Amino acid sequence: MTAVLENVSLNEEGFMTNPDEWTEEIATVIAKNEGIEELTEAHWKIINHCRATRSANGSSPTLREITTGVGITTKELFKLFPKGPAKKVAKISGLGKPEGCV
Amino acid sequence: MKTLLILGAGTGGTMVANKMSKHLDPREWQIKIVDKDENHYYQPGFLFIPFGIYKQSDVVKPKKNFLPTGVETVFGEIELIEPDKNKVKLSGGRTLDYDYLVVSTGSYIHPEETDGMLDAYGENVFDFYTPQGAQNLHNFLETWEGGRLVLNVAEMPIKCPVAPLEFLFLADWYFTKRGIRDKVDITYATPLPGAFTKPMASAMLGGILERKGISVIPDFNIMEVDNSSQAIRSYDEIEVPYDLFVTIPVNKGADVIGASGMGDVLNFIPTNKNTLQTEKWENVFIIGDAGNVPASKAGSVAHFMLEIVTENMLSHIKGKEMTARFDGHANCFIESGFNKGLLIDFNYDVEPLPGTFPFVGVGPFRLLQESYLNHIGKMGFKWVYWNMLLKGRELPFVETHMSMNGKKKTLVQEPA
Repeated sequence: MTAVLENVSLNEEGFMTNPDEWTEEIATVIAKNEGIEELTEAHWKIINHCRATRSANGSSPTLREITTGVGITTKELFKLFPKGPAKKVAKISGLGKPEGCV
Repeated sequence: MKTLLILGAGTGGTMVANKMSKHLDPREWQIKIVDKDENHYYQPGFLFIPFGIYKQSDVVKPKKNFLPTGVETVFGEIELIEPDKNKVKLSGGRTLDYDYLVVSTGSYIHPEETDGMLDAYGENVFDFYTPQGAQNLHNFLETWEGGRLVLNVAEMPIKCPVAPLEFLFLADWYFTKRGIRDKVDITYATPLPGAFTKPMASAMLGGILERKGISVIPDFNIMEVDNSSQAIRSYDEIEVPYDLFVTIPVNKGADVIGASGMGDVLNFIPTNKNTLQTEKWENVFIIGDAGNVPASKAGSVAHFMLEIVTENMLSHIKGKEMTARFDGHANCFIESGFNKGLLIDFNYDVEPLPGTFPFVGVGPFRLLQESYLNHIGKMGFKWVYWNMLLKGRELPFVETHMSMNGKKKTLVQEPA
């Protein structure tokens, strides 16, 4: 399975550096590495939303932008992507780290 | 006659009123400024109120003292902004038309956004981002005998990202001075991965927290305040018990921004981070923390925005290209207790670095290191704010754009 990631450019923290290299297969592999065995429809809804609303420089939306945009609660988001959903969603969606921090 | 309308007479709006009144010909332009509150607040001073260092009189003065004659001041609640019609409705029925609009309506705390936070608000749950919250916390601390003090940032971004750290440093100093430091556990639960947003400052400030015996719980996203069991809980079920809970609640832009459909999910207005013009309306500009630019929401940032926003607005009025570019410059003194402080100076691209400021090798201020003089700078800033900054005057030696002079690109280890 890790062969899928062989030709994907990742930064030191494991975020993809080129969102255009992303495929659904890559997402499935990264998700497994992050401890999510299976990506359900609910996961895909969030991943697709993040890919569609990524910023011009390829960074992922913040937690609040995800919950507001998809229409789910923060609690549900944490259930789907346990322990730091903003970062996990960004990684699995092939996007850069969310920009919330200044 | 044309109208420049400014919404909000806080730090940013007051500076713009002062600056633009010098540039716009009064025979052609009238300047109006609207605010609901007749008092001006020195917000960086709120931090000192819980510890009895400042009183209310240090941080509150009448707004009229700082606004130029010739600017019409309207005290009233803004009900709706209609940027497509160049109109602003005030409650009570008055409507103001404008040719150019500056939005400086600021950001506000929203404790009601977190479940259970309001249950014991004012009893053993406090904020220090409002004059009343800071005062209530002061009254509580005066008779507190010790226990578990937990400080939490609910969600980023917040106004002044260094204030939580300063609160922790000052708490350590305050309890030491009262002789009860050994009876107080201080814990900082933050949604950030460390003490601060940027790596070098995070390492440096994290080191100071550690030396002062303050525990940090990183990546803590608060879900609820459970007052019956006196604990806060994160979304991933980490529980932190408290006896005294100090919160920096969710920060949002003004409600009227949301009601007018001008904001993002947190009511901050999408704004070009370099020109400070709003993304949607070419005759609407922002200053300070009303916009969504990825800079600190702090008074120093509003000050550095001033040159840019006024220059660009004047160019736009004359039909010229806007050439001034905001670089995200922030310059913040960080009070670290025991008569010491730090100074950080950074922008969109350059994180806070160690070194000297503003002069290479000389200082007198030391960047990202503790010193007595930095503390003097912090405490002296109140005078600078009331007497120079609000009038839109330039501050000595502090440039609008960040300078690399005196900065070093590696972390200097401070002697323990």
